[in-house]
This record gives sequence, structure tokens and C-alpha cells, in this order.
Amino acid sequence: MRPPATILPLRVRGLSFAAGGRTLLEDVSFTLPRGGITAIIGPNGAGKSLTLRLCHGLLAPLSGTVEWCGDGGRIGGTSRHAMVFQRPVMLRRSARANLAHAIASVIGRDVAARTQAALERFGLEALADRPARLLSGGEQQRLAIARAWALEPEVLFLDEPSSHLDPGATRQIEQIMTQLAQEGLTMLMTTHDFQQARRLAGRVLFLNKGRLVEDADTARFFGAPATEEARAFIAGELLW
Amino acid sequence: MDVASAFAAAFQLVLGLDPRFLQIVGLSLSVTLTAVVLAALIGLPLGAWLALARFPGRAALIVLINGLMGLPPVVAGLMVFLLLSRSGPLGDWGLLFTPSAMVAAQMLLVLPIIVALTRSTVEELWTEYREHFRSIGLTGLRAVPSLLWDGRFALATGLLAGFGRASAEVGAVLIVGGNIAGYTRTMTTSIALETSKGDLPLALGLGLVLIALTLAINAAAYGASRVGARFAG
Repeated sequence: MRPPATILPLRVRGLSFAAGGRTLLEDVSFTLPRGGITAIIGPNGAGKSLTLRLCHGLLAPLSGTVEWCGDGGRIGGTSRHAMVFQRPVMLRRSARANLAHAIASVIGRDVAARTQAALERFGLEALADRPARLLSGGEQQRLAIARAWALEPEVLFLDEPSSHLDPGATRQIEQIMTQLAQEGLTMLMTTHDFQQARRLAGRVLFLNKGRLVEDADTARFFGAPATEEARAFIAGELLW
Repeated sequence: MDVASAFAAAFQLVLGLDPRFLQIVGLSLSVTLTAVVLAALIGLPLGAWLALARFPGRAALIVLINGLMGLPPVVAGLMVFLLLSRSGPLGDWGLLFTPSAMVAAQMLLVLPIIVALTRSTVEELWTEYREHFRSIGLTGLRAVPSLLWDGRFALATGLLAGFGRASAEVGAVLIVGGNIAGYTRTMTTSIALETSKGDLPLALGLGLVLIALTLAINAAAYGASRVGARFAG
């Protein structure tokens, strides 16, 4: 039997997670089809980052399932989903070596050529030989996205990709994400900034207190929120 | 002989590259260098493993290794002596009072330093890198080479500290080496012996070399941390 050529759709069913006796995520279900940017929004502590980590396999759920079309989100043994963290994890090496390290770990062939392609694709050639940890916050996040892109994922998870960046760097990251979406990359991101969700995402998953409250088109969600919780969140009222 | 003329004679020994003097310096350096290299080959992977592994008794093992960093050199020498003496478990190897025995004793002194420093360096890096490494499938022992490489500046400082401790100690090499002229006589054991014999120039000359070595090691360690800071941020 031929292996499936795609890991999508991602089916999340009844996902729950608890730590230290506290339930942090409860019975979250959604399906992620191919294409577009989906934003998980909600107040602090809603379980946004946790949902991404469970989907990416960094954590094991207490109950429920994360089902990819391929075997654990891999095709031919290579993982086809990657993640960009809120605070980019930069190795104590040059920008180029950061890319090469990830490519060698995941793909393992044509490392130099793939590294060069990623540097060019994201305009990082001038920074290639600088120590990655001495780049600015925006440059580091761009490098982190390049590093994830270089792993040829079908799905990219982004956890608050611009929450610690200034407006200029944020705009740059958003432009990159828009371009990647146009090229067909499927993205699931978290953001606490619902204006950013509005600018980028076609679909919104609204989490509150560990539950999925709304799963809607971005325009519909912001135009006519179906729940009182979503309405209060959009109006900027604190949710407790 | 007064101290001033002893100093003058000492400088003559050093600058004149006296063969007896050079032999002692050469033996000391080769014994210590061999001990540090062997201890690094064992200590770096062992320390990294200890940083990542979780097993019952791990905390006790870490405390034990940290404690061994302060192991008195004479006690290390005694332990190796007991192992290698004719009636000891490794007595058949006939290594007592050879340079190999001195290497073994210095390894015992250096190994805890390297293991402890590697453990703390790698553990700190792992805390920072864990999620990214898990994301790219680098888990368990597969992560070790990357972690050791990224800790290279701190680890270099640790190796230098080990080199400093081994090259400066007297007790261990004296016990297991026997201070045999031309064979197991090192800088530190010579200084102890020649001072008691009253041959101050040789003792002073070797003392100068040891001080220069210590300064060089500290300069290298400082340099490593500076380069590290510039590169690692």
C-alpha cells in the first residue's frame, strides 16, 4: 500500500489535559483541513499554547486523540509538522548553523543546499554568519520561521509568534505568514491579540478556561459572535 | 646560598633549557595532559548522560560527584596506590611507580570536576533547548552531541580547571609515582624534594614554570569565557 501523500486533515477529538490536579484543557475537538491560517484566541490561561503543544506532540494528552492522516504526522519517517515558539530557541551558533542543525536532524540530506535556500527565501543571507543569539528579536523570530520552513512541513504551528516584537517586526512576521499561506502552507497559530487574528486568520478557535467556546469564520466570529463569552472578549472585557 | 643568587641560578636553569629541568617539565605536562584528555573522554559523555537521565539515586550521585571535586590529592593517591600495589586488585599490571600510575591518580582528581561541570552546563542548556529539540526529534542521547557543542566554551573552562588542579597537586603523584629521578619526578614533587635538600635554584625554576602555567591556564579560561560571551550572547 502506498503511504498517504499528506498528513492532513488533522483531527483533534475530545482533547483534555491536566497538571497538578488542575484541568487545563477539557474536551476540545476540531478538524484542521488543508490550507489557510487558523488562529486560536482567548485570554491568558485559556489553553492556547497547550493545544498547540498537544497537536505537535510535545505533550501527551490526558485523554482524547490527535490524529494525523499519516503515521503520527510523519511521512516516510519524516515529521511533516513543525513549530515556532513564542521565544525563539536559538542555539549558540551562527544563523546558518542553526538552520543546518535542524535540517540535518529532521531531513538529513542536502543540508547545505537547503540551508542556503532558507537563508535566501527569508532574506537572511547578510545575517548568516552572525551568532544567532545576538540577532534582534525580530531577526531571531524570522530565523526561527525559516528554520521551521526548511523542514518542509505541511503544517506549521506558531505560538504567539510576535507577542514580544515591536510593531515593525510584527508586521514583517505577519507578511511572511501571509506569503506562506499563499504558497499553501497550513498554519495553526495562537495569539492573545484578536486584531492580529482578524488580520491573518480565515478561521478562529476561541478558547476560554480550557474549553473550545467557538469555532467560526473570522468574519462571522468578529461580526456576530455566537456566545456571550466571545462578545465580552472582543469588547475587551476581562473573562473570569 | 642566599635567595637572590638562588633566583639568578633559577633563571639560568629556565633560560638555559637545562636538560634535567626540561625532562621534569616535559614529564609533568605529558602526565597531566594525558590525564585530562582521558578524563574528558569519560567525563564529557558521562556528565551529559547524568544531566539528561532520570533514575532513582540520581540526586545522591550528583552530590557524591560534586563532593569528589574536593577529594584531597593524597587520598586519591592512596586509593590508586591500594589498587595498584602488589597485593592490590590490579597489582599484576605492575603499574605502581610508573608515569601510568600518576596518570591514573590525576584522572581520579580531574574526572569529578569534568563530570560535575558538564552535568550542570548540559542540564542548563537542555532546559532551554528541550522543546525545540523535541520538536525536531532530538531526544535522549541523540541530543548529547549538540548539547556538548553548544556548551563548548563553559566546558573548555572546566577542562582548564581540571588541568590546573592536576598540574598543581603533589600528594597523589608522590604516592603512586615514587618521585624516581628521571622517571616519575614531576615539577611539584621536585620542588618538595629539592627545597628540603636545599637545592633552591631548581625548586625556584620549576616554581616559576608552574606559576607561568597557572597564569596561562587562567588567561586561556578567561579568553574562552570572553569568546563564549561574544558568541553565545
